[in-house]
Amino acid sequence: MNARLADRLATIMFWTGAAMVLAILALLLGYILWHGIRVIDWHFLTAPPQTIVAGGGVGPQIFNSFYLLLLTMLITTPLGLLAGIYLAEYAGKGRITEYIRLSIETLTSLPSIVVGLFGLLIFVNMTGWGYSLMSGALALAVINLPLMVRISEEAIRSVPGELREASLALGATRWETMWRVILPSAFPGLVTGAIIAAGRVFGEAAALLYTAGMSSPILNFSDLDPLSPTSPLNPFRPAETLAVHIWKINSEALIPDVRRVADGSSAVLILVVLLFNICARWLGRRIYRRLTAT
Amino acid sequence: MHEGFSPAPDLNNIYRTTDKRNIQGRKRCGELLGRSVAFLAAALVVVLTVSIIYFIGSKGLAIFTVHGVRFTEFLFSTHWWPDRPLEEGGPAVGSLTFILGSLLVSLLAVAVSAPLSVIVAVFMVEIAPVWGQRVLQPAIEILAGIPSVVYGYVGLSLLVPFIRNYLGGEGFSVLAGFIVLSIMILPTIISVSTDSLRALPPQWKEAALALGSTRWQTIRLVLVPAARSGLITAVVLGLARAFGEALAVQMVIGNTRTIPHSLLDPTITLTSAITMDMGYTIMGSLWNSALWSMGLILLLMSFLFIMVIRVVVRGGMVR
Repeated sequence: MNARLADRLATIMFWTGAAMVLAILALLLGYILWHGIRVIDWHFLTAPPQTIVAGGGVGPQIFNSFYLLLLTMLITTPLGLLAGIYLAEYAGKGRITEYIRLSIETLTSLPSIVVGLFGLLIFVNMTGWGYSLMSGALALAVINLPLMVRISEEAIRSVPGELREASLALGATRWETMWRVILPSAFPGLVTGAIIAAGRVFGEAAALLYTAGMSSPILNFSDLDPLSPTSPLNPFRPAETLAVHIWKINSEALIPDVRRVADGSSAVLILVVLLFNICARWLGRRIYRRLTAT
Repeated sequence: MHEGFSPAPDLNNIYRTTDKRNIQGRKRCGELLGRSVAFLAAALVVVLTVSIIYFIGSKGLAIFTVHGVRFTEFLFSTHWWPDRPLEEGGPAVGSLTFILGSLLVSLLAVAVSAPLSVIVAVFMVEIAPVWGQRVLQPAIEILAGIPSVVYGYVGLSLLVPFIRNYLGGEGFSVLAGFIVLSIMILPTIISVSTDSLRALPPQWKEAALALGSTRWQTIRLVLVPAARSGLITAVVLGLARAFGEALAVQMVIGNTRTIPHSLLDPTITLTSAITMDMGYTIMGSLWNSALWSMGLILLLMSFLFIMVIRVVVRGGMVR
C-alpha cells in the first residue's frame, strides 16, 4: 500500500469516527426527545407523582432539582471562587500548594457514589439531619467544589497580566486588584463555567440516593415558611430529584406507566441541560461584549 | 519609625502622614484578611479530601477489624452469602465477583472508547479544525452534559431490548453495560486528548510535512507519539470514570452475583452492589460493612488512577 493510498484511507477513517460520534449524539437526543416531548405537558410538569396508579407528574421532583442546585451553588460558588483566587494569585510553589492541587485532583476523580457514601456518613448520620436537601446539597458541593476551583483559577489566570500590573502600579493591594480589576474582567469565564458546572450538578444522582433521599414528603406549595415540615423551602426535608426519580421508578416502581414518566423525565432533564449549555454560551458572549466596550 | 528623625514636624504634615499610615494599615489588614480567607477556602479542599479518606477508610476497614474477615477472603473469594447463617456455610463476604465485574466492563468500555476518541480528537485538531470547533466541540460538551441516569435509561429501553431480540440472552448483560459506559466516557477521553494534541508545537507537524510525509504519516509517526502522555492520561481518566460510574451500569447490567461466561451474561459491579444494597442493610452489620469496604476499594482505585496519571505525565515531561 503506498503512502498516498494509506493517507486517503486514514482520512476516511477520521471522518467516519467523527461521523460516528455525531450519530451517537443524534441518536441519543433524538430518541429521548422523540419519546419525551409528547409526554411533557403542564400537568406532567406540575402534578405530584403517583405511587400505584398511572397519570402522575414530576412537579415536586423538578422543584427539588432546582432547589438543590441553588443550595449547592450557594455553598460552592463563594468557596470555589476564593480557593481559585488563592491558587491563581497567592499560591507559591510550596508543599502546601502541592497538597491543595493533589486534593483537587483526588476530589475530581472520586466516583460520585463514594461522595454519596461520605455524605451518608457525615451529613446524614453524624449531623442527625437524616435524608435531607441540606445533606444532598453538601454532598453535591463536594462534587462541584473542585470543578468550581478549577474554573475560577483558569478564569483568573486568563486575565492579561498588564491589567494586574497597572492596578498594582497605581498603589492598589493585590486584594483590591483582585476584586476591582481582575474579577470583573474574569467574569464572563466565571459565569460560563459556573453554568456548565450547574448543568452537571443538575443531572447528578448517585451521590443523592443516600443523602437527599429517594422520596419527597407531600409538599404544600402555599406554605413558604422554611421551618415547616411540609414547606417546599424547608432545607431539612428529604427530597427526591428528577434524576433520582428516573432511576428509582426504573428499578422499583409500581406505577403502570413507568415508561411514560421515565420518557418525560429524561426529556425534561436533557432539555434543562441543553438550556444551561446554550445559556452559558449566550451569557458568556453577551457579558464579554459588554465588558469589551461595545 | 520616622518621628525620631524628623527635627520639627509641623502639624499639618503629621496629620497627613498618620492619615496615610492609617489607610495603609487598613489596606494591609484587608490584604491579610483577604489572603487568609482565600487560603482557608483552599485549605478546606485538603480537609475535605483527608476526611473522606479517613471516614471511608475507617468504615471500609471495619470488616477486617470488627468482623474479623480475612483480607484475602474478602478480595479473592467469590463466596457471597452475607445473610446465610453459620450452619449453612455462611456468612461469607468474598467480593471477587464484584471486583471482576467492575474491571471487566470498564476495561471493555475503554477498549472500545479509546481508539474512537483518539480518532475524533485528531480529526478535531488536524483534519477539520474549523468544523471541529463549530460542530464537534459543542456536540461533545452536550454528550458530557447528559446525565448518567439518562444514559442508563436509554440503555435500558433501547439497548437491552435490542440485545435480547437480536443477540440473545436476557438483554441485561456485560455487553449492554460496557456499550453504555463506552459512550459515557467518550467526551472525557476526547476532550483531554484534544487538549494534549493542541498543545504540541506546530513546528513538529510542519517539519514532518516539509520532509514529505503525508498527513497520515505525520499523525501516526509524529503527532500521536508526541502527545502520548496526554493520550494515556485521557484514557486513564476515562477508565476511572467507567470504574466509578454507578447508576447507568446498574440499570443495564442485570446485577446477578455470578461471574459472566459470555458478553451476553449478566453480572454485577462494585458500584451497582453498593447502590442496590446500601439502603436495605443495617449500619454496622456484616453485609453493610462489606459494602463500605467496596466503597473503599473504589476510593483506592481512584488513587491508583491518579498515581498512574502523575507518573505518566512526569515521564512524558522528561522526554
